Amino acid sequence: MAMSGDIIANDILFEWLLRRGDTPLILGHRVSEWCGHSPVLEEDIALANVALDLIGQSRLWLTYAGEVEGKGRGENELAFLRDAWDFRNFLLAEQTNGDFGKTLMRQFLIDAYQVPFLAALESSGNERISEIAAKAGKEAVYHLDRSADLVIRLGDGTPESHKRMQTALDMLWAYTGEMFAGDAVDEAMFDASLAPKPENLRPQWQKTVDMVLDQATLKIPQSDFAHQGGLSGRHSEHLGHLLADMQFLQRAYPGATW
Amino acid sequence: MQPGNVKQASTDTIWQWLSEIPDPEIPVLSLTDLGVIRDVRWEKGTLVVTVTPTYTGCPATAVINLDIETKLRTCGVEDLRLEQKLSPPWTTDWLSAEGREKLKNYGIAPPVDAVKDTRPLADRILQMTGASKSSVSCPRCDSENTEKISQFGSTPCKAAYRCKSCLEPFDYFKCH
Repeated sequence: MAMSGDIIANDILFEWLLRRGDTPLILGHRVSEWCGHSPVLEEDIALANVALDLIGQSRLWLTYAGEVEGKGRGENELAFLRDAWDFRNFLLAEQTNGDFGKTLMRQFLIDAYQVPFLAALESSGNERISEIAAKAGKEAVYHLDRSADLVIRLGDGTPESHKRMQTALDMLWAYTGEMFAGDAVDEAMFDASLAPKPENLRPQWQKTVDMVLDQATLKIPQSDFAHQGGLSGRHSEHLGHLLADMQFLQRAYPGATW
Repeated sequence: MQPGNVKQASTDTIWQWLSEIPDPEIPVLSLTDLGVIRDVRWEKGTLVVTVTPTYTGCPATAVINLDIETKLRTCGVEDLRLEQKLSPPWTTDWLSAEGREKLKNYGIAPPVDAVKDTRPLADRILQMTGASKSSVSCPRCDSENTEKISQFGSTPCKAAYRCKSCLEPFDYFKCH
């Protein structure tokens, strides 16, 4: 059932699925770190719900990844028993929460990518991919509505909130280029009509980002320098610390279940 | 009833049983009101119930599956298999009319299709400034003078609203 048939090699599909699953997993964990610490109760609840959606999406991708790999690993083994160099999330997702503004900016930059990416995946030649994308895409649109709205309100807010949002944007901008870099895995998926080329999503992403940041009175940094490495397992130092927290239970008590 | 007596109960009967299972988070709704049960069929003596999740990370999903299993076993079904189906993705369009009425009486504003903004994001961005006006009516006093406080409420399927007439906060079952 997990066979991708003749269309694509299983190891390529597996690698690509890890990328899909790892970004929402790591971002979801990051967002969940706010639970009980948000500036106001409503936002605490909203952040926890966004985290829940992201982790739910990750489960669908990682479950499928495990089936494709065919070595008996399921979503849990993939999430809790891999080390940093085996993770394939965007570096942007693992960046620390910072203040509420940085968390929101990180969310917005990723949501603006996920919406067109998942929409394009709905017409994937692989039915399982297209089903997961349709399900996750509905949630991503809702997330983008929220993060865009808050980026505008805080950017075009008080001098203090504006300053914090601009600082967050300046800090995170260099991590956005990686989302459009693409490599041989993306190329193979594109050639097999299974997924879009990341670079082709850039115009849609850019349009959303330009409009929202303009409304938010924020200035887009001029530099197009892009940190890269997430897709090949070369992560920033933050991922290891995140995993130490996220994976502690399974490392200390292997196989523990509810 | 003793197990084994209803091995091949009709699917109508099974749907009836399923309609008696309350949603774990909004107990006034049954699972059939919620629209998460997509199919019920017998396959060579095994009852197959197909369930779709509301939201991918909704913690109630596991409880829903457990409740279905417990209920059907209590009703005497021995061979049972639950299947998850993602496509087509769950939508609030599947909430039954009866379910919407029950939600309102319970104090949760039911989804209003007309409130769903289907314009492309680009067209909506220009209007994004603070708590938006809405035509969601207050489930307590029916006033339409309400505002959204947060896009998420007490569960993944709800948003937080406030009535500006009776001043009560309330949950809105968001359109999805």
